This record gives sequence, structure tokens and C-alpha cells, in this order.
Amino acid sequence: MAPLLLVLALFSIGTTFSVAGAATSTPLTAAERSALIDEGQRIFLKGCSSCHGLNLEGSAIAPSLIGVGAASVDFQVATGRMPVADMSQQIVRKDPVYNEKEVEALAIYVASLAPGPEIPGEEHLNYERDGSSAEGGELFRTNCAMCHNFAGQGGALTQGKYAPTVMGVTPRHIYEVMITGPQSMPVFSDKTITPEEKLSIIKWIKAAENEPQLGGASLGRVGPVTEGLLVWTLGLGMLVGVAVWLAMKAR
Amino acid sequence: MTARERIAGSVANYVDERTGAAKWMKKNLTKVFPDHWSFLLGEIALYSFVILLLSGTFLTFWFDPSQREVIYDGSYEPLQGLEMSAAYASTLDISFEIRGGLLMRQIHHWAALIFMAAIVVHLMRVYFTGAFRKPREFNWIIGVGLLTLGIVEGFLGYSLPDDLLSGTGIRIAEAIIQALPLVGSYLAFFAFGGAFPGEAFIPRIYTVHVLLLPGAFLALITVHLMLVWYQKHTQYPGPGRTEKNVVGYPLMPVYMAKAGGFFFIVFGVTAFLGAVASINPIWLYGPYTPAQVSAGSQPDWYMGWLDGLVRMAPPLESYIFGYTISWNILIPGLIVPGILFTGMALYPFIESWITGDKREHHILDRPRNAPNRTALGVMSLTFMLVALINGGNDIIATTFDLTINQIMWFSRIGIFILPPLAFVITKRLCLSLQRADRDLVLHGRETGRLVMMEHGEFVEVHEPISAEKAWLLTQHEQNPALELEESDLRGVRRPGVLKNKLRARMSKAHAVAIPKATAADLKEIEHH
Amino acid sequence: MSNEIEAIKDPGLPAHVHRRADTDPKAAKKAERQVAILFLLSALGTITLIGSYIFIPQDVFIFFPVLGNTNAHQLFLGLGMAASLFFIGMGAIHWAKTLMPDEEVIIQRHEFRSSDEDRADFIKTAKDGAAAAGLGRRSLIKRSLGLSLGLVGLSPLILLGDLGPLPGDSLTKTSWKTGTRLVTDPGDRPIRPEDMEVGAVAQTLPAIAPGAHRKLSDIAKDAVLLIRLRPEEFNLDAERLSWTHEGIIAFSKICSHMGCAVALYEQQTKHLLCPCHQSTFDVTRAAKVIFGPSARPLPQLAITVDSEGYLVAQSPFNEPVGPSFWERSS
Repeated sequence: MAPLLLVLALFSIGTTFSVAGAATSTPLTAAERSALIDEGQRIFLKGCSSCHGLNLEGSAIAPSLIGVGAASVDFQVATGRMPVADMSQQIVRKDPVYNEKEVEALAIYVASLAPGPEIPGEEHLNYERDGSSAEGGELFRTNCAMCHNFAGQGGALTQGKYAPTVMGVTPRHIYEVMITGPQSMPVFSDKTITPEEKLSIIKWIKAAENEPQLGGASLGRVGPVTEGLLVWTLGLGMLVGVAVWLAMKAR
Repeated sequence: MTARERIAGSVANYVDERTGAAKWMKKNLTKVFPDHWSFLLGEIALYSFVILLLSGTFLTFWFDPSQREVIYDGSYEPLQGLEMSAAYASTLDISFEIRGGLLMRQIHHWAALIFMAAIVVHLMRVYFTGAFRKPREFNWIIGVGLLTLGIVEGFLGYSLPDDLLSGTGIRIAEAIIQALPLVGSYLAFFAFGGAFPGEAFIPRIYTVHVLLLPGAFLALITVHLMLVWYQKHTQYPGPGRTEKNVVGYPLMPVYMAKAGGFFFIVFGVTAFLGAVASINPIWLYGPYTPAQVSAGSQPDWYMGWLDGLVRMAPPLESYIFGYTISWNILIPGLIVPGILFTGMALYPFIESWITGDKREHHILDRPRNAPNRTALGVMSLTFMLVALINGGNDIIATTFDLTINQIMWFSRIGIFILPPLAFVITKRLCLSLQRADRDLVLHGRETGRLVMMEHGEFVEVHEPISAEKAWLLTQHEQNPALELEESDLRGVRRPGVLKNKLRARMSKAHAVAIPKATAADLKEIEHH
Repeated sequence: MSNEIEAIKDPGLPAHVHRRADTDPKAAKKAERQVAILFLLSALGTITLIGSYIFIPQDVFIFFPVLGNTNAHQLFLGLGMAASLFFIGMGAIHWAKTLMPDEEVIIQRHEFRSSDEDRADFIKTAKDGAAAAGLGRRSLIKRSLGLSLGLVGLSPLILLGDLGPLPGDSLTKTSWKTGTRLVTDPGDRPIRPEDMEVGAVAQTLPAIAPGAHRKLSDIAKDAVLLIRLRPEEFNLDAERLSWTHEGIIAFSKICSHMGCAVALYEQQTKHLLCPCHQSTFDVTRAAKVIFGPSARPLPQLAITVDSEGYLVAQSPFNEPVGPSFWERSS
């Protein structure tokens, strides 16, 4: 047994938690702030205003950004959803066009014109300390699982829209999503789901994300469909294969 | 005589003097079983059932079938401190506290899926080869019964852990019961001991799942096997195989070793799946509460077609004299499945009524030689497949970038168009295969070798096929359609004429065939 | 049949082809070794199983290609078990195939039909038995027996009567009463209209006395979804509009089709989708069904605010919530 255990020890890797990539949130001086707003305005006029209007008023093809707040800008731009190239389809997560500093500038600029939900600071995102994964699971199943599936893998909406997976999303972005309600998603207000409860949800999502395979290959965590598929392919395939061999005459 | 032989002799003597078993054993140990991989499909189902009994018994040692509320304090952190039913908590304990418990749970669930899949492919084998014909109609009906019970038993097992997915399934089952005209709400309240979900349902279905239905299974499987044993197995056509004999290997030792070995294979494969592939990770679903649901809530595959039918049903309800009839539930949930399963159970009798064939059959049909039956089978499978696909429409939509609305409309239209289309295509395919068989017998196999004739023309060399092959391709019967009088001489329509007309028409359709090659045909060809 | 006469002849069972192991002792010995190796692999599997059970703790994870970071206890226990079983099977089958006699045996079938003599005897016995019992003559016995057998079948049905109570008004009534506060699920906090921004949703239940316990069978009827729109987005008649409050509209979360929780709200289209069977409801038109199998809109709960400014029910639901049933009148 000793060699086997050695192999196990060599291979075993403990559960690791991905470190939340949050924006720096040291308080800004007035000068820094106004510089950022100028920078944000420059980016906005160049990259966003053709659709969202020179004064955030929106247009036929894009919503008004008045009152969406810094959180919304940060989520949309930092996850690469904005700027969007093809508006005929669902806006998806991709590599961001702007770097972290540019996103911050954009967010501050948009928020400076009309206030809205703010980017949660890192001190408000300590889900490990302030959240409870059991409570978070309960909240997730009541508020999120009907769209994002029981394990946060995402699911179908009407007319080809879908709720994306919540795996691999940074805690900051998960938080922003809940307070801003992007695209098809509704808003989850701080009074109906408190900030602590939101951290619990994040903690549960991160626990699910980092949960190792307790019972073998996860099969996508989408329920009985993939299980049925595996039975009809691998399961029955192996058995019929042996049956064919069994009935073949030996040479 | 060696010591071992002496011991064996005295054991045999002891048993025989008390039971007279020697005569019976002598006869049955030499019983012959034909060898073919497709004859093992039913065995997969049988062995899966044994695996289910063994793994299920293991699970009962720790499972607590109660909906009493408890606070979870086990080792799975994301659920600690939550209120849940004892059933769910004990399933978590089986998964995380009992060594090998999760493995056994997964083996049990995989075995159930394999059990149902094996029953279905076994049924397909029996159907497409005509093995259900006289004298095996009873066994066909028992088989349909086992399939039906399997669906119910599987669903109850899926419901027992009381997780969010199984609770959603029970909720839907309750809605089906509740939709029954007249008695629906009463039956639902009786089944659940009050309003849904109550605290009575899981203890009740537990008894049904571990006692009542397994008992029924055991009884039906015993009869099923005894009939196979007594009637002797069917065999595929081939040289030396007739309606009057069985060609194969004797039970002792060959078949015993093969069948016995195959049990271990089935168990081994199931254990392999249980080891490497997660199934029903109930800890992720969370405990059931009626206010929650997960995207992509599906039943296990053998109920998927039913869910697909329910999804595609039209939004129809009738309100008559202050009462409600929910067609959107009754049609897909009860009426269509009822018609399908009744039709399936009665099929042997329907076919023999159409063909007028009341003789015994022990040689199997090659599916192409019964085009109507084969086409009907493919048609039914197509129906089921469309329904099954719709049952997973949300997963398919997100995987293949489609919309659930598209898949739903595809299914709603496809369920009417595709099965008849499958019928026509299959029947044509069967007939062209028959034609190919005929050509093969008459003209031999194409060798791909070209030979130049004297006058410069290239001709491909055809090689005559073996006598065995020629026999295989021509051994089947081709019976003419029934001739039924449609009206009497004076043209007066008699009662039953319509029935006769229908029967004659179906018989005619059933008898469509490409004439098989005969010895006379061969002679004529040689002559040229 | 006429075509039977000129049919191609059955050439009979082909000659038996010997296996290598039948003629070559070396091949036989090799096959024997192969079988033994398979059985030994099975033994190795059992040893792995025992070892894993005893030595691998349940919280050890190893990385395994394809599977990912996997629980080692479960994996090796299962693989050991699979091997221990699978290779016994492989060994036995290989043994049967290579070393046991493989000459095909022919046995004859017997006809199932009994001889005419036996059949006549059977019918006579049955008839005699019936006559001896006087089944034909004693019609009084026959009829009374029929009656009692028919009635005795009722007793199990009667005895099952206590399986459950009768529905009573349970299917038509919920816990919502005039003035019942809507509280968050989970959390049990009352909600003010200003707590919800436009585009927000909230999962709610009726408030209960502090310390009281909710029954699942109540939640199964009481769950309500709150959605806030801009009031001008509604397309409702005057009565239904009066059931909303400052753009907040409340629907029963229990699907009118088969009772799943309908809470899949699309903020942009204002559609509610049931994930079970994909019934789609238009929130702006009082949850009118626009797609899928459901035949009825979700029941709407009339809401308003109480003196402290919290959202409350104006009145109970005016129709039964959840799936249809026979006695439902519309």
C-alpha cells in the first residue's frame, strides 16, 4: 500500500481558492479623481458615445447609462461584455478591451455624470470572513438556481438567450451583477438580499467552483441529461462490446 | 476415484435421495443455448437487477426514509446548519460519512440507468427479430410489464433522497395525479397524506420502492425466465438451424461460465462507472423546498420522453360546468403513454391477426424480411426520440446555440411528421435490402476484378456466394396476404365488413416483399 | 407453400473448425495462463479495494486526467471493486471460449401442444370437477359467491381510506390574508416599495409569527414573486393595475401548469419562464401565457402598503394557485 500512498501524496493538491482580483481601492485625491474623470471621458467619447450618446442618453440601439453607476460600467467593461461588436446576439464575456485603469476611469466618469450603484471596495468583499456558504447556498437556490442551474453552470432562457455560467467570475463582478442586473438579469436590491447575504452567495459559488470531484467526473453538473448520455454510450457500449466478444468463436 | 470425486458423489447422492433432483438436473444441465451477442441484452437487464438488489440493500442500512426535519451537522460544509429532511440528511451521510457509501449510491443509480437501457435494447431486439410471435406472446407482455414497472421503480428511487431535483419530480408527479378527472385531488391527498409535499410521501414510496415493486419484479422475472427456459430460446436463421431444433452450447459448462462470467462483467462495468463518473450529486442540489427550482430540471432518461411530451403539449384546458379538465397534462402524461404501452403489449396479437399466422416460430426474422414490422418499430422509436430530445431541449439549446422555442416547435411539428416519414423510409430500405439479397444469391458477390472480354468489353467478375450464405438469404418464408371476402355475393354489406376490409388492407401491406431467389431462378441464370 | 418446393436447400450445419487450443497443447497452455492472469488481476482489484478502504482517508484528493481533482478514496475503492469483478468475468468467459468444448450441440424442440388425448382428459376433469361442485346447478351459491367476491375487493380500498384527509379547501386557500406582510425568502424581512429598484425582483412568503415554523406544504402554495417595473410598462386593466403598487407586481411563484417554482424573470423582455416545461408568461400583461404548455396565467396577488409602509396583501388570492385540478372552476 505504501507506494500507492506515495503516489497519492505526490498527486494530491489541496483545495485552493482563487484570489479575488479586485481593483485597487485606495481613496483617491481630488486631483487624481478629476484626472481619472477626464481620462474616462476621453475613452467614453471615443469608444462608447457612438451608441450610448454623448451624454449617456442612449440611442435606438443602446440603453441610456444615466444612473447605471460605476458598478455596472465596471462589470460590463471589465468582463469584456462592452464594447460589443455584434448586437444581434447575446452579449458575452470575453477578453476585456480596456485595462483595469481605463475601466476605473470610465466607471468614475459615468458615475460622475449621474450617480448609481458603486463598485464594492475590497473591504466589502471579504466573503471568506463575512459570508456563510450554507446560507449562501440557500439564497443561491432560491434566487439564482432557476436561471444559472443548481451548480451555477448556467441555463437556457427564452428565444436563445441564456444565463451564463457563474464559474470563474470574480467576486467583485458577481457582486456588481447582483446590484445592477445586467441584460436579462433582474436586480437584487440590498434590502431584499443584504450585502452580507450577497457575500454568502459569493462564498457558496466559490465553494462550488473549487469543489473537487467528490464522486468522479462531474459530467458538466447539468443533471440527468449527460448521465443518460453516458449510460447509452460508454455504459451500454462497454457491455455490448464484451457481449460481442463473448459470443465470438475463439480461434 | 479421487477424494474430490467421492465428496461430489456423496453430496449429489444426499441431495438426490431427498429431492429426486438428478433426473431434472441431468436434463437441464445439458440444455442448449444459442450464442449471439444480442441474446445477452436481456441478461444485462437481469444482472443489473441483481446489482440493484445488492447495492440497494447496502443503502437501506443507513437511509432514513423520513421527512422529519433535522439540522444537518455532517462533514459537507456548504450545507452545515441547514434544515432538511432526515431522508436527505441520511443520503448525505451515506455519501460522505460511510466509507464506500457514495460508491454504492453511484453504483445503484448507474445500475438503474443501465437496467432500463438494457430492457429497452432487449425489447428492441425481441421486436425487430419477431421473437414475440407464438408461443412467446405471454413473455412479451411480461416484458412490457417489467418495462413499465421499471419506469415507476426508477422514478421512486430518484424521488427518495428528497433533494431539490427529486422534489421537483415529485411535484410534477403530484400535478399529474391531481389532473385526473373526478378523483384527482382526492388521490393526490391520499398519496401524500394531505397537501403536497406533506411528511408521508417518502416513507410510503420507500416501502413501495424496496418491498412491493422489487417483489413484483422478482415474481415477473422468475416467470419470464422460466418461460424462456421451458420454451427454449429462439435462434437466428442459418445453416442447420430449423424450427424444430436448437443449435448452441450446453448449459454445463460453457453457458454457465459465459453467463456467470457476464454477471461479473456487468457488475464490474457498473462499479467502474460508479468509480469514475459522478451521478446525481445530491449535495449540490440542496434540500427540497417548493419555492426553489434549478434550470434544466430533468428526470432520468427513461422518463425524459414523458417530460418532453409534457413540454410540447398545447396549452389546453377545458372548463365544463365548473370543473376543469387539463388536457395539457392528461394527453401527454397519461393518454399518449397509455396508448403507446397498450399498443406495445398487444402488438403480437395485432400482428398475428393481420397475417393470420397462428403457427409457432422459433427461427428469428431478419428485420428486412418483415418490412412492415421493422418500419413500425423505427416509427415508434422516432416518436420516442423526438419526445426525448424535447425533454432535454434546454440543455440542447445552450449546448448547440439554439433556442428552446425552436426545439419546441421542431418537436411539436416533428412528432407528427417524422415518425410516418421514418416508417416510409425504413420500409423502402428493407425492400431494397431484400432486393440486394436476391441479387447476391442470383449473381454472386462483386469482386472488384475486371476482366476484358474477347470483344474488348470490361466485365466485373462475380463470385458465387457459399451455400450457407445462399441459405441464410433465402430461408425466410414469404407468405401471401390474407384473402378476405369483403361482401357477400349479392353485394349486401355484412357486419364486420369494415373490419375485414381494414384487415385485408393491412395484411396486404404486411406481405409486400421482393420475391426471394429460388432454386428455379438460379437454374435459369445458369442456363444463360 | 408452393415456393417451398423450389427453395434453395439448407446445406446443414457447417463442419466444426478446431481452435488452436484444441489441437496445439502449447496454445492450450497459453490460454490457461491467460485465464489465470485475468483471475489474478481480479485478486489484485480486491486487494486495492481493501487497501483503499483501510488506508486512504476520505478527504484525500488526487488529480486524474479527464476526471479532474478527484476523491481518491472513492476512486480507488471503486476501481478496485470494478477490477475485482470485471476480471473474474473476463477470466471465466475466456476460459469458456478457449478451453471448454466449443462444438455446437443440437437438441430437438418439443411441441407445446398437448396430445389430443391429454386435452380431452383435462377438459373432462375440469368439467367433472365443476359438476361435482355443483357449479352449474346451484345458481344461488354462484350468485351469492359472485356478490361476496365483488364486495371483498372493496375492503382494501376502504381500509386505505385513512391514507390522507380529504382536500377540503386546502387546494383553494393559501396563507395570504388581507394585510399579510410580504417578507423575504429566506430572511423573513418585511419589504418597503422603496427597497426595490426598477428591474428588481424579490422572492417572498407571507409573514409568520416570530418563532413559528413554516410548513413546506404552506410554502408550496404561498411563495410569491415580486417584480418592479416602471408603472407605464404595464398593460393591465384598471382592476389588475390597482393590484400593483408603484410598479411592483406580485405573482404566485407556483406554476399554473405543474407547480414548479416560476421565478426565471427576464428583465429586458419582462417574461417569466418556468424551467420545468418552459411555459412563458408576460409580466406586463398579468402573466398571460405566451409560450409553452401552461393554459392559465399565474395568479396575481393584490398588494399595497400598510401604515408602516411595508408591502402587504390587499386581499387573499382570488383564485387557487398551482396546477389545475378537477374541482377548480375556471
